[in-house]
Amino acid sequence: MRRAEIVTAFLLGIFSVYLMWKSGDPPAWNPSIPRFSNIGFDETGTPGSGFWPFWLGFIMLICTIWIGINWVLKKSPQSVSEEPFLDDFGKKMLLTVGGGLIGFLVFIHILGFYGAIFVFMIYYMKFLGRHSWVLTLIISTVLPVICFFFFDIAMRIVLPKGYLEPLFIPLYDIFL
Amino acid sequence: MEVLGHLIEGIMVALEPINLGLAIIGVIIGLFVGAMPGLGSVNGVAILLPFTFVIQGFTGGATSPMIFLASIYYGAMYGGAISSITLGIPGASTAVATTFDGRPLALQGKAHVALMTAAIASFIGATISNVLFTGFAPVLASVALNFGNPEIFALMLLAFATFAGLGGDDFPKTIFSICFGLALSAVGFDIISGEPRLIFFDIQGFSHGIRFLVLAIGIYGIGEMLWTINTSRYGSSMSKVEVNFASITHALSRFREAWRGTIIGSFLGFFVGILPAAGATPGSLMAYGVTKMTSKNPEKFGKGSINGVAAPEAANNAASTGAMLPMMTLGIPGSPTTAVLLAGMVIWGLQPGPLLFTNQPDFVWPLIGSFYISNVVAVCVNIAFIPVFLWMLRMPFTILSPLIFVLSLVGTYAAYMDMFDVWLMVLIGIGGFFMRILDYPVAPAVLAIVLGPIAEPTLRQTLLQYETFTIFFTRPIAGPITVIAIILILLPGLQFLYRKFKGA
Repeated sequence: MRRAEIVTAFLLGIFSVYLMWKSGDPPAWNPSIPRFSNIGFDETGTPGSGFWPFWLGFIMLICTIWIGINWVLKKSPQSVSEEPFLDDFGKKMLLTVGGGLIGFLVFIHILGFYGAIFVFMIYYMKFLGRHSWVLTLIISTVLPVICFFFFDIAMRIVLPKGYLEPLFIPLYDIFL
Repeated sequence: MEVLGHLIEGIMVALEPINLGLAIIGVIIGLFVGAMPGLGSVNGVAILLPFTFVIQGFTGGATSPMIFLASIYYGAMYGGAISSITLGIPGASTAVATTFDGRPLALQGKAHVALMTAAIASFIGATISNVLFTGFAPVLASVALNFGNPEIFALMLLAFATFAGLGGDDFPKTIFSICFGLALSAVGFDIISGEPRLIFFDIQGFSHGIRFLVLAIGIYGIGEMLWTINTSRYGSSMSKVEVNFASITHALSRFREAWRGTIIGSFLGFFVGILPAAGATPGSLMAYGVTKMTSKNPEKFGKGSINGVAAPEAANNAASTGAMLPMMTLGIPGSPTTAVLLAGMVIWGLQPGPLLFTNQPDFVWPLIGSFYISNVVAVCVNIAFIPVFLWMLRMPFTILSPLIFVLSLVGTYAAYMDMFDVWLMVLIGIGGFFMRILDYPVAPAVLAIVLGPIAEPTLRQTLLQYETFTIFFTRPIAGPITVIAIILILLPGLQFLYRKFKGA
């Protein structure tokens, strides 16, 4: 945990600097304007477009340095913690659940939301939850059906369907 | 007295069978729309607006359709709390603050207490707000108009200060979290100069900005969920609640601990609701902050404080009535939902504005009467459904957690119709999980991304108008608010000096 604390503070510090750098971007239609010319006040006395994010980034940078100082002085609970940042269960969980979520997102682009929900529920309930096939299949099938009737039919919010789009056309003919 | 007579007449009209029936249907629809992550009152009201023409054709007047829409609005305000408490995903943007303490209560096996507190606090918030609305509508509308840019910015500063100065969280991490949320809210186009800014890594998806629900659902739906799985090891993370009469009456008796949050939420929520461009989400977050700030034990907030549930719930209901005030008396909507209601009123041939109360009393008073009636209907329906919501918590965690993930993804897409947002939401969620382990408070970031789009323009417009920072101290309303905010921010430092002085 102690190492994770300082590494995170360092990464957030880099993000803060990137934020400050990005705030000073000249407008796309006039790249000749020098960087950081928009972080102060313009000739009318109005703060420029980069004023707000630049100074927020600056305060964020100060905070990360402060967190670093607390780490050196061992003042925060994380800087004296002997516990691991992620134990074996945590690493495995992040890989299976976090990875499952990324897989879910990828499947949405291929099978659409409803197909992806079906696959994700089977993966999660059967392989992570070790539920019976019957229960797994019932929930994995019923959930996309409820979602379809709630979102596509009742709320008229059309969710992406990927390559399964043709299968839904007859349903639209019936219900819409 | 005249007002009371009008109000009683109005309530009688709202109690006519057709209007009462519409109120019940509206509340139930609102309850479900509000409970669905990603969808809030604005979706329910907007989608069912066309349906009101059918009602108008049937009943002949504008009163019944308006009662129907107002009931959906109320129902959604109640419904938002349900998924915030039981699932830990904010059901609507207005219920984000309810998640802060509602979820820890559910994890401790006190979901019934949280749900009951939310329902009663909502009822009291809405009722207080209705009384204020009925008695003081024209006066309050003129007060709200006196709130210029310096005052609104000072109020925003106070909201941040309530989160930063107190509560026992690590100070630099809290400030970082606030600035992080504010910076994310600045992504996209600068609304004053029109320049695109902070388009990270030149990815075009950032040009429409980082939407508030993407951050809120990411942090609470994904990040907190991963954290819960990690700490509970799929075990008995959600303590089971026995659903019986005794547990419900016990929950009812616990409400007396929540009166402070309820009162603060009711008044503050109503007032923030009135302010143009504010509305129920900032109202509920500010009520949470102020209740925490004035509490004797602020360290309990975020860990399952009953006041932490009561304050935002009372506030979001109070604000939803408050937001109707500028909409009806000035024709300025205070929130997206009231903007849709305003559109409805114009379509039905009404002219919102100062003359509405004198020209259309047969519309205004039944509508105000219906606020009271639909509020009673909403609290009854909500309490009746509590056992159903608690039943959801009895599901094994390996079924409940993927359901929450699915609802988070579908809800995010449904809110913005953009796959980029869904990806971003999941990535923010995974990042939020790491932040959670390292004890970075996430609630201030959520507050900041809501208030950022109000705070930045008001600051810049003030500086454009007055060309000096001292204006925040010299205006009669803004001055005291700014000074209080600065004292609150400096409070940890002052406490440190006090202890040192005392020690010496």
